[in-house]
Amino acid sequence: MSAPAVAVRDVTAWQRLHPLSPVVRTGRAFVPVVVVLLSTLTTAQRREDIWWHLGPVALIAVAGVVSWLVTRWRVEGNDLRVESGLLRRESQRIPLSRVQAIDIVRPGIARALGLAEVRVRTAGAGDSGRLAYLRVDEAERVRARLLALAHGVAADAPTPPEWLLYGQRGDRLSVSVLLSRPVGVLAAFGVAVLVTRFLAPAAVGPLASTSLAYVVGVATLVWRRFNGGWRLQVGEAADGLRLRFGALETTAETIPRGRVQAVVRSEPVAWRPMGWVRLQLDVAGHARGREERQSDTRELRTVVPAGATAEAELLLDRILPSRPGALRPAPRRARWKSPLRYHWLGYDWNDAAVVVTSGRITRRTTWVPLARVQSLRLMQGPVQRRLRLASLHVDAAGKRVTAVVRDRDVEEAEQLLAALAQACRRAREPLRRDVTT
Amino acid sequence: MKTALGEAAADRWLRPSPRLAVLRVAEAGVVTVLLVLAAGLPLLLTGFRLAAGLAALGLLVAGGVVALVLRRRVASWAFHERDEDLLIRRGLLVQRLSLVPYGRMQFVDVSSGPLERSLGLATLRLHTAAAASDARIPGLPRAEAERLRDQLSALGGAQAAGL
Repeated sequence: MSAPAVAVRDVTAWQRLHPLSPVVRTGRAFVPVVVVLLSTLTTAQRREDIWWHLGPVALIAVAGVVSWLVTRWRVEGNDLRVESGLLRRESQRIPLSRVQAIDIVRPGIARALGLAEVRVRTAGAGDSGRLAYLRVDEAERVRARLLALAHGVAADAPTPPEWLLYGQRGDRLSVSVLLSRPVGVLAAFGVAVLVTRFLAPAAVGPLASTSLAYVVGVATLVWRRFNGGWRLQVGEAADGLRLRFGALETTAETIPRGRVQAVVRSEPVAWRPMGWVRLQLDVAGHARGREERQSDTRELRTVVPAGATAEAELLLDRILPSRPGALRPAPRRARWKSPLRYHWLGYDWNDAAVVVTSGRITRRTTWVPLARVQSLRLMQGPVQRRLRLASLHVDAAGKRVTAVVRDRDVEEAEQLLAALAQACRRAREPLRRDVTT
Repeated sequence: MKTALGEAAADRWLRPSPRLAVLRVAEAGVVTVLLVLAAGLPLLLTGFRLAAGLAALGLLVAGGVVALVLRRRVASWAFHERDEDLLIRRGLLVQRLSLVPYGRMQFVDVSSGPLERSLGLATLRLHTAAAASDARIPGLPRAEAERLRDQLSALGGAQAAGL
């Protein structure tokens, strides 16, 4: 940062968030309130009634301003400290050395006001730090600073360069979303409504009204998929993978090198004629705080929403350079246990990772780096016992990905458990904290 | 399911306290008695003596079967502390063998509910970063649970690996 036009504020001094933060924070909550308010205002008979309705709104506004007033943050040594709360003072201390990723999130209202949120995620579930909101350029700078600190580089080191690995084509994304399962559900519902209109016109009203919430839910899912893939760009920089995406709410995030817990590739059957695949990453510390759960429930990081197999391979090569690929099919008698899955069942492993394929119609391929394996579980149900089969579950961090080596011969599964336990230990060796010092 | 890992060191597999079986059977017994009262009394009071007797008999038999299954299920729990990981075996119908490396443990906790406490028992839980790990050992004598907790934490600290 040579001769910045704006004086760079010292991150080690206490700072407030941007004064417009409460507007954005409570903005979302306000929209429905205002709608209700307008409808009551137009129908309210007496003056006093209006005050009853305005009261809560004023309270929310005051609470927002107070929460902004009492929130401050700074960098202390190697920690990011965020203090908040008026009555119950909360002091959050986030060790930067354990940072998994730092995102910049911009909801619609924040974009309109030129603000952005810096979100710091660490390994533990739910203890993510948020700086909501800062000016966009300041957010970028803070992010670069924090990342530099997290990697032990000098704080004023220039942002490392990055090169593009994948860019999502808009037309492909649109088609792929149209061919996805949620849209299929919506279409089936539309057909059902049409059919009932012919057969029993009286039932249409109740049917539509009872399933409205569900339809809205599915539509949100479709939108989220679309937004999550829109103008998605995956770049590689020295500090990890950079993701940028979003139509209305834009997000920019970095996934540090080696923090990928699992990679999942799915090949939906409707995409097969075009040969498209979806590639998703499981990143530790993705679980969010309680209050954010509704706003962001993306399960995995989608890095290739709908791309050609070769494009996904290119990305895979960067994430898991030496990965196993020679799949061993399950024994034939596994057909009796998993008739629909059988044709996709397979696994392989090497010193770096274990790969598992499964799925009934959509083929899902899951890679888990051995160094990231949390635990192994051998399971055998009654049907499997009859058939002398067993499944080995390979658990990755979080609750989204478990790679299951399904329906193998018992002996094979047991040997695999022993061998994988050994291999995981070796793979973990470089990650060990040095205890001798 | 115990050839490759289990049988080799069969003598070193440890089990929960037999008192856990007592606890489980007692629980089943209480539930059975309550069910018998709930089903039998109204029938008896309204004069259907035979029906009341049959219902009570059926429930008692069912309770007995459940108690037997519970005893065997408790007996199926076993754990084995190895140098670098902990093995936990359990289950009758669905048999599971979990392997949790000490280096992957996030924390260990010991809990004990009111019934467990009355028998001096505790449940040990191992938490990894994976939600699916599900490694716990119920029915450990309190002192044993605490010893195991301290030992596991020490081993975990020594072998801890970053995520």
